[in-house]
Amino acid sequence: MTTIPILDERRRQIFQEQDNASFAMTCDRHSVAGSVSQRACVFCGSRVVLYPIADALHLIHGPIGCAAYTWDIRGALSSGPQLHRMSFSTDLQEMQVIFGGEKKLYGALCELIAAYRPNAAFVYSTCIVGIIGDDVAAVCRQVAKEQGIAVLPVHSEGFKGTKKDGYRAACDALFKLVGTGDTRDIAPVSINILGEFNIGGEAWLIRKYYEQMGVQVVSVMTGDSRVEELRRAHGAALNVVQCSGAMTFLAETMQAKYGIPYIRASYFGIEDMAKALYDVAAHFAAEPCIQQKAEVLVREQVAAVLPELQRIKADLAGKRAAIYVGGAFKAFSLIKALRLLGMQVVLAGSQTGNADDYATLREMCDPGTVIVDDANPLELSKYVIEKQADLFIGGVKERPIAYKLGIGFCDHNHERKIPLAGFEGMLQLAREIHTTVTSPVWGFVPFRAKDGEF
Amino acid sequence: MISSHSREAYSLGQIPITPSAMATQNGCKLCAPLGASLVFKGIRGAVPLLHGSQGCSTYIRRYLISHFREPVDIACSNFAEQTAVFGGGANLKTALENVSRQYDPALIGIATTCLSETIGDDVPMFIKEYRAGRNAATVPPMVHVSTPSYQGTHMEGFHAAVLAVVSALAHDGTAGSEQRVNIFPGMLSPADLRHLKDIVAAFGLKAMVLPDYSETLDGGLWDTYQRIPSGGTSVEDIATAGSALASIELGHTLASRTLTAASLLEERFGVRAIRIGLPIGLRQTDALMLALAEVSGRPVPPRFTEQRGRLLDSLVDGHKHVNTIRAAVYGEDDLVAGVTAFLSEIGITPVVCATGGRSRHLTAAVQALVPQKRHAHITVLEEADFAAIEAAVAAVQPDVIIGHSKGYAMSRRLSIPLVRVGFPIHDRMGGARLLHVGYEGALALSDRLANALIDQRQAASPVGYTYM
Repeated sequence: MTTIPILDERRRQIFQEQDNASFAMTCDRHSVAGSVSQRACVFCGSRVVLYPIADALHLIHGPIGCAAYTWDIRGALSSGPQLHRMSFSTDLQEMQVIFGGEKKLYGALCELIAAYRPNAAFVYSTCIVGIIGDDVAAVCRQVAKEQGIAVLPVHSEGFKGTKKDGYRAACDALFKLVGTGDTRDIAPVSINILGEFNIGGEAWLIRKYYEQMGVQVVSVMTGDSRVEELRRAHGAALNVVQCSGAMTFLAETMQAKYGIPYIRASYFGIEDMAKALYDVAAHFAAEPCIQQKAEVLVREQVAAVLPELQRIKADLAGKRAAIYVGGAFKAFSLIKALRLLGMQVVLAGSQTGNADDYATLREMCDPGTVIVDDANPLELSKYVIEKQADLFIGGVKERPIAYKLGIGFCDHNHERKIPLAGFEGMLQLAREIHTTVTSPVWGFVPFRAKDGEF
Repeated sequence: MISSHSREAYSLGQIPITPSAMATQNGCKLCAPLGASLVFKGIRGAVPLLHGSQGCSTYIRRYLISHFREPVDIACSNFAEQTAVFGGGANLKTALENVSRQYDPALIGIATTCLSETIGDDVPMFIKEYRAGRNAATVPPMVHVSTPSYQGTHMEGFHAAVLAVVSALAHDGTAGSEQRVNIFPGMLSPADLRHLKDIVAAFGLKAMVLPDYSETLDGGLWDTYQRIPSGGTSVEDIATAGSALASIELGHTLASRTLTAASLLEERFGVRAIRIGLPIGLRQTDALMLALAEVSGRPVPPRFTEQRGRLLDSLVDGHKHVNTIRAAVYGEDDLVAGVTAFLSEIGITPVVCATGGRSRHLTAAVQALVPQKRHAHITVLEEADFAAIEAAVAAVQPDVIIGHSKGYAMSRRLSIPLVRVGFPIHDRMGGARLLHVGYEGALALSDRLANALIDQRQAASPVGYTYM
């Protein structure tokens, strides 16, 4: 077996208990040049946050690639308009690169707004827009004035930072919408759900739970959201923020400007899902019945899924899992969810975790678990082989690594079509894992084949 | 379980898709670096390296992985804000160093992006500087191709990369005892490439196929991790291209390009260039067979005569299902031209022939391939997006749509069956194994077309026939 070399510059972004007693991981840095990072770019960060706003026009200002690769790729569902599933690009050509793209941007915005009557438009800047000197903000102001809708520039040039900076650019754009709507009919017991993108209908599940507790959901950012909802989000009493970094910026700016407090939540796994409900109940402790309703809801929901989870656990107990996801918060929840199924986590990592995240990960993980920041395919392969993983949880880019080596795989990224959040989602996750890990095909793969077989 | 929303709720609802003059909506093309990356994946031991932002390689990787269902490692020089200000030289050199150390590649294929092109990076100079400080024996060969996405589609990137590789690596050398032929297949599936190699070998010729990603992007399972998947055409074999008997370049619209890999080899080394269309359907495959027979000096091997016989037999058996049918075809220029040629052979009128490509040669190619009496029934769209394609398809209501997965939404909205060909196939298994070329490819395609039409008739019938 050929050894897989680790680049020197990356050594401090990988942690293994046995080879390093002191824990100080390097993270939160730009990817090393030449490393095949699993991360994307600033544009990607902005695009994932804003994508599910279904009645807005999402126009990508640049050459065709960025729009082509993000056309209808996510499982973010809308209960109404489907405009977010279109791919709109100014498709810049050499002429615009030389003479500027503002005219084409203006023309494209006017035509598309006339054709689709969106309630707002987001204009994403890609790499070359800043270089060629287009004043995107000025074009947006002009079109907004002429067309009477909000036209918001998103400063998402790919090279200007990491995916996290893209989250921030998206939050900046969203913040311009927040505070412009009517909040009169909003109840005192009300929340915004931030960082929930309605993949496979997850936001619908979460919203239903909170509503059953008697909590009004003013907006979901941005799963199945509408411009009008976002405008009045400042009327909510509390922001509940899922996901490590994506929307914390917005929660912080809303706290500063409107005095709305925020709490963190994760909806993955029974434990964290229940906690997310109880934490909101605790925030509204002065209101009668909310805590009680939450308890009833959790009891009923857990009772509904537990018997099947127990049956699945019998088959999965003792199996080894590797987790590599975008945000570290998801990794925390998955570790707990996998423990519930009797599985052991042998590798945990994320694209965008920070120092606190990795400290938490280390505390949660068993000794010997490999922890990686911004890993690449070679590193991931090295450790899943060394640790003999039976399951890999990641996104589409990690799938072929797992499959080539004969390891089960579960997609936990935005491209999936099934809900994995909430109590029902935990059951779906367990079924997914069970389906992949228990397949008889693994018995044939070269990696595990017995002597004497092909 | 989740929702009771109707099927209609998930369509674009009441809003009709309206073509736009200024914007591209649901583009029927990809960016140039994707095409170049695919070419580099077809060279043994090569690692593609994009000179630009992190997202370029990640998005392209995801797009290719979702089709081929194989690991696709594409490195990137990972521009940061300072890089764009001070130039990408330092980043590129670090990237070259790190790729060399991690992958030990036989070649690094460097494609630029719109960002590095716009800031005016002199990539050949950076490469020269990188090499200058190092022992020549330990540095892998490097090929640079300029692929700004504002200058064309993935096909421009693809053809430019093939040309750049040949230009950088091919020598004249001595012909040797082997009878060698260069094959420039264009953007075909791994199954197509395997079939082509098989055909060429049967004529006693050794093929230098560029690119050949038949194994690197459609291989078996691994018993240990492979840094670079096995397979592909070796740098040494590419070097011999200048002494081959001939180059066979596939694609009808290549004529629109002033310089191609085959024409360069002809100019530089006197290697005869033979240009035919993609060998899709009967006549185009015949043309390939005749070209190979001529180059090799051998008759067409009996197994191909037999394959041709089975194809004809099946075309006769199925002719009533397809004759007089109308189809819409979209995709890359050359694929559309090739499929259109085959459709004409079996009586299907290609009422819409559309591409997002900009060879500006599709109209001429279609007119040359389809009998003149049908020309009046055909709309050819070049540099089209799916909004324009859907409007054209909706206007003529064909019986079947032929193209890649990105036409599914159109097919669903218009309730017209989609027969999947080409790239990308993101919503079915086996995209890499779709066979389009040769008599076998035509057989597979005609069966799938006939079955799609039979399936539709069967499903629409109130009787529920089990015997069609």
